[in-house]
Amino acid sequence: MTGTSPMAGDGSSRRFFILCLAIGAVSIVAPFVFPAIVKQLSIFWVMVIVAYTWDTMGGQLGYNSFGNIVFFGAGLYVSAIIQIAPFTNMRAYTAAGEQGSALALSMGQYLGGLAPGLIAAALVGFALAIVFGFVILGLRGHYFAIGTLALGIFIAQIFANWEYVGAGSGIIMPDLPGRGRASDQDKSLLFYFLCFALAAATIVFLRWLYATRFGLAINAIRDDEDKAEAMGIATTLYKVVAWSVSGFFLGVCGALYGNIVRFVDPEETAFDGPGLGVWMVLMAVLGGKGSLWGPLIGAVLFHATKELLWTYLLGFQNIALGLLVIIIVVFFPEGIMGWIHSRWPQLFGERVEISAQSAAAR
Amino acid sequence: MFENIQLLAENPVGLLNLIFDGIMIGAVFALIAYGMALVWGVMNIINLTQGEYVIFGGFIAFYTAGQWTFRIDAIGLSLTWPGVHALWALLLAPAVLYVIGWVVYRLVIFRIVDRDMFTSILATFGISILLQQFMNSVFTADDVIAPHNMGTWSAWRTDMGELAIERVRVVALAFALVVGGFLAFYLKYTRDGQSIRAVAQNARAARLMGIDANRVYARTYALNAALCGVAGVLVSMTLTIHAFTGLIYTVRAFMIVIIAGLGNVTGVIVAGLGLGAAEKVAEFVIGTSYQVAFVTGLLLVVLLYRSVRLAMQRKYLA
Repeated sequence: MTGTSPMAGDGSSRRFFILCLAIGAVSIVAPFVFPAIVKQLSIFWVMVIVAYTWDTMGGQLGYNSFGNIVFFGAGLYVSAIIQIAPFTNMRAYTAAGEQGSALALSMGQYLGGLAPGLIAAALVGFALAIVFGFVILGLRGHYFAIGTLALGIFIAQIFANWEYVGAGSGIIMPDLPGRGRASDQDKSLLFYFLCFALAAATIVFLRWLYATRFGLAINAIRDDEDKAEAMGIATTLYKVVAWSVSGFFLGVCGALYGNIVRFVDPEETAFDGPGLGVWMVLMAVLGGKGSLWGPLIGAVLFHATKELLWTYLLGFQNIALGLLVIIIVVFFPEGIMGWIHSRWPQLFGERVEISAQSAAAR
Repeated sequence: MFENIQLLAENPVGLLNLIFDGIMIGAVFALIAYGMALVWGVMNIINLTQGEYVIFGGFIAFYTAGQWTFRIDAIGLSLTWPGVHALWALLLAPAVLYVIGWVVYRLVIFRIVDRDMFTSILATFGISILLQQFMNSVFTADDVIAPHNMGTWSAWRTDMGELAIERVRVVALAFALVVGGFLAFYLKYTRDGQSIRAVAQNARAARLMGIDANRVYARTYALNAALCGVAGVLVSMTLTIHAFTGLIYTVRAFMIVIIAGLGNVTGVIVAGLGLGAAEKVAEFVIGTSYQVAFVTGLLLVVLLYRSVRLAMQRKYLA
């Protein structure tokens, strides 16, 4: 397990600040340099957010959740309902399914639906995580993993049978008003910057959170839950709070994703357990569980590989995905950050005895 | 939903019919769970690939029973399979799955035997994605059912209705019991079976006694795959299968194992039969489209029940 104790020291803060500035500058320039792939870039930030929120549970708390996709999908559906239901007859609109045309809204209606939609998605993700957390976080280890896997399938099936939200045929999301190429560009830029802002907020917030006593507490739970409890940590409460933080960001993230792909479907977009549900684990593990930059590195590598190679693999994408899961988990479980950590521990503020170093060199 | 409950209340024979149907397929679920418990107990691995082995066995039965032609035009090769009775697959499927299980063990599983649960869950999940996609692209992407033409057996006629049992379900029950019985006998009385149990009890001591633990693990894992193959043949003769529906069998098996507890064969049988019956009745009451939701929901309920019970004694599921 590669636990990092985020140092609140000056040097670390300054390095973090500079790194953030660099990443931020690249991210702000990127959509203007590559206007053709703004949508893929937005989805990249979605990947970053899901990887980070998974890592909060899997990496920092040590609870390997396969059910985080639930909050993502719930946020997606909630924002869809809020963006559509006030302006038209939801039931009739969803009954048309994929064949229907997208709802035409005025700018005021669209933004007036989007803003509360995003907020509601966040709150629903947060609330669901609290409810499910108190119920399911009593499970440990593999029981938790499989319990959350079952939870994900269960919720997906409920939505797939719910006529009001279009059941299995899905909902077409309304489009941002305006026509022509220029406005298409504006649309994708709006969601790019929303996704980027959310990802930045997630990373900064999580860094702060891991540096507090809360971070220490959840790391203690990860390392030994019984001892942590014996030391007086209210473990259940901490676990629930950690999950609800995940749920909060995942909810908004799902809502944004729904607006980017503009189609809500229970199995392909919202509760894509075998897809996104596995990718988020894979990205965090690939980058390095339980480290601050691991999920970002994992997301960059995974998303770039996926976008570049996926189209060439034709029908074999998921075979490749299965292979990737096996290879990463079996041969590279520590991830990239874990590998760097064991290779150059002094970068992580650990003192290295000379003798130990030379022993390692030999 | 309530009309359906009323319907059942008015027609006890219909209810009995559902329960019988469910129990007989439940025996097959118990067989899958037995395999899962074996791997879990001996190797401490929760094998999420269980369902995919079942579906694989099912596809073997489907192709054994159906007529098809294998053609390579470039060399003028054309082979036609005439199609035999699906039950012949009971010989073929375990053999094929045994080999697959052995290969999977040699390639992946033996690297994760001593690692933590998370690694084994994720790695077997990866294998299951791989197998799903393989079956989807190599076999067929359709819902299939192995044709068998065995008809139904009208067991009991009354004024209120008829107790009609599909013969294939009786066959499934019988085979599940026979295969399970053989496995239990194998584990208890043969030399190989005893070595499996020895490794399960204490791998290190077993090694000291000259047992090659790695071989035993491989045999256990392959045996489990073969068991799933048999179950798959029986399943595909009764229910439709699809390359992607394997996971639900894994969930069922996992649920049966945690209801029964590891190493409790009677418990596995009872829980399997009970799950089959409950599922069949629930399917009638709330509809087929909720079947997967019912199974996963039931697993959550079972997990929570056990966890709350244990929490009262200040223990937890582990």
